[in-house]
Amino acid sequence: MAEGEAGVERLIELMAKLPGLGPRSARRAVLHLIKKRGVLLLPMAEAMAEVGRTIRECLNCGNLATADICPICAAEKRGNGQICVVEDVADLWAMERSQVFGGRYHVLGGTLSALDGLGPEELRIPQLLDRIETEEVTEVILALGATIDGQTTAHYIADALDERVSVTSLAQGVPVGGELDYLDDGTISAALRARRAL
Amino acid sequence: MVAVTALSLSHFRSHRRARMTADGRPVAIFGPNGAGKTNLLEALSILSPGRGLRRASAEEMARRPESLGWKIAADLAAPDGLHEIETWSEGAAARQVRIDGKAAPQLALGRLVRVLWLIPSMDRLWIEGADGRRRFLDRAALSFRPDHGEAVLTYEKAMRERNRLLKDEVRNAGWYAALEARMAEAGARIQAARAETLTVLSEAQEGAETAFPAATLSLEQPEGDLPEGAEDLARALAEGRGRDMAAGRTLTGPHRTDLAAVYTEKGVPARDCSTGEQKALLISLILANARALAHRVGAPPLLLLDEVAAHLDSSRRAALYEEILALGAQAWMTGTGPELFAEFGDRAQYLEVTEADGVSDVAVAGGS
Repeated sequence: MAEGEAGVERLIELMAKLPGLGPRSARRAVLHLIKKRGVLLLPMAEAMAEVGRTIRECLNCGNLATADICPICAAEKRGNGQICVVEDVADLWAMERSQVFGGRYHVLGGTLSALDGLGPEELRIPQLLDRIETEEVTEVILALGATIDGQTTAHYIADALDERVSVTSLAQGVPVGGELDYLDDGTISAALRARRAL
Repeated sequence: MVAVTALSLSHFRSHRRARMTADGRPVAIFGPNGAGKTNLLEALSILSPGRGLRRASAEEMARRPESLGWKIAADLAAPDGLHEIETWSEGAAARQVRIDGKAAPQLALGRLVRVLWLIPSMDRLWIEGADGRRRFLDRAALSFRPDHGEAVLTYEKAMRERNRLLKDEVRNAGWYAALEARMAEAGARIQAARAETLTVLSEAQEGAETAFPAATLSLEQPEGDLPEGAEDLARALAEGRGRDMAAGRTLTGPHRTDLAAVYTEKGVPARDCSTGEQKALLISLILANARALAHRVGAPPLLLLDEVAAHLDSSRRAALYEEILALGAQAWMTGTGPELFAEFGDRAQYLEVTEADGVSDVAVAGGS
């Protein structure tokens, strides 16, 4: 390899394993980091080491945290009786970006999949059922994907909660600012079924 | 009408590079065995969603030894105008689709063009296992209802999950119930689409002027009547869990439905008919499907008829060709020599396919 230096090559190799990057873009990224050693490379290395040392899963909800309990679970005012169930942390972040949800989360870490060996135990579903009691939950909002696995998981959780709390799911339909012309048939039919009076 | 007016293949099966144009007339393709005639039909078959007439993976369709990936481009004249369809696969990746220059999901092809085919391996359709007949039925259903494919995929995926639970002897009633709810919802849609397809096909056979024998179709369920509607299907699946676990798979549901056919005039089940009669029944159903589509969708489908002249005497052959012309369908047919299509005269166009050193060549030819 033209890059020569073993340490740099190792860095490129690792970088190329990141989602969205290939060998070529990894080389570009590493070169850029080296050029910006002071403002990018060293601070990034420190930040990575720090995160690597401290990051863990919130024992309560499965969110990423640097303490046993994440800031959202720790915040008193977020204990409003609502728990939003999401597949993974990226979904939690998406919900948080919108700044409209004031309750807590429960991160499953995937969806039920017998073929992938992911059952209720692996998905922290028992923990969710425990939280219903301990946190005086009144509503569980299922924010799972509109895939077969996502819907199977939603169905399973709704059944397991067995009318102890109100169970809702996110609506499916026309995106805000979207045009009907660009929607697929499945979305249009879901939107039509979920229509409401004005 | 719906017709492919230009077709080009790149590194697809035995064709390194092939380009041909067509008008709306039927296309007769002739040439020796192994020249690459059926490969042309296969290329046309994947202008519809799915794995095409050989049920092959994208990787298998690549020309060997290069295995560079392949591409098919077609101009399609449809009632709403001309469309450009491209489909291709690179490496072993799933094939991609572009319609009029824009990336599109495979299922979108189902709304643009309906493709029906008859291939020699289907000659044994009535005597072999039920899965071939089920596929035949589902292709017909898909031609009428493009969303049928989605229901079948959903059902099969949920069933694979449930079968894994059964095999692993997982005893979690809630998990089963969640999967069975998906299966029941999709299963009920599958059943409804199949029942509708049978009705449509039988209507299309009634009073049709055809030289081919009518078939009386029915759905059979080996394990006894299949409950109708999602709720009853879900209940049947729930009640069958014990038995299914002993078997390690799901024993009831639309995945076990069989298509039964009786040669109407003689009252003889299709599987007991002669080879020629069995073929005639198949052709009859394909033509009925095409007529029904012409009536309901407003355009006949593309017909791909591989070695269709085999098992047909010359009067039946002539009758088939007349019916294709009457339908106004663009049929792409293969046969070993031009004489098999003599009855068309200049009402068809002719392509000759030859092969040398593992590469197919397609040339415009005159009829016999």
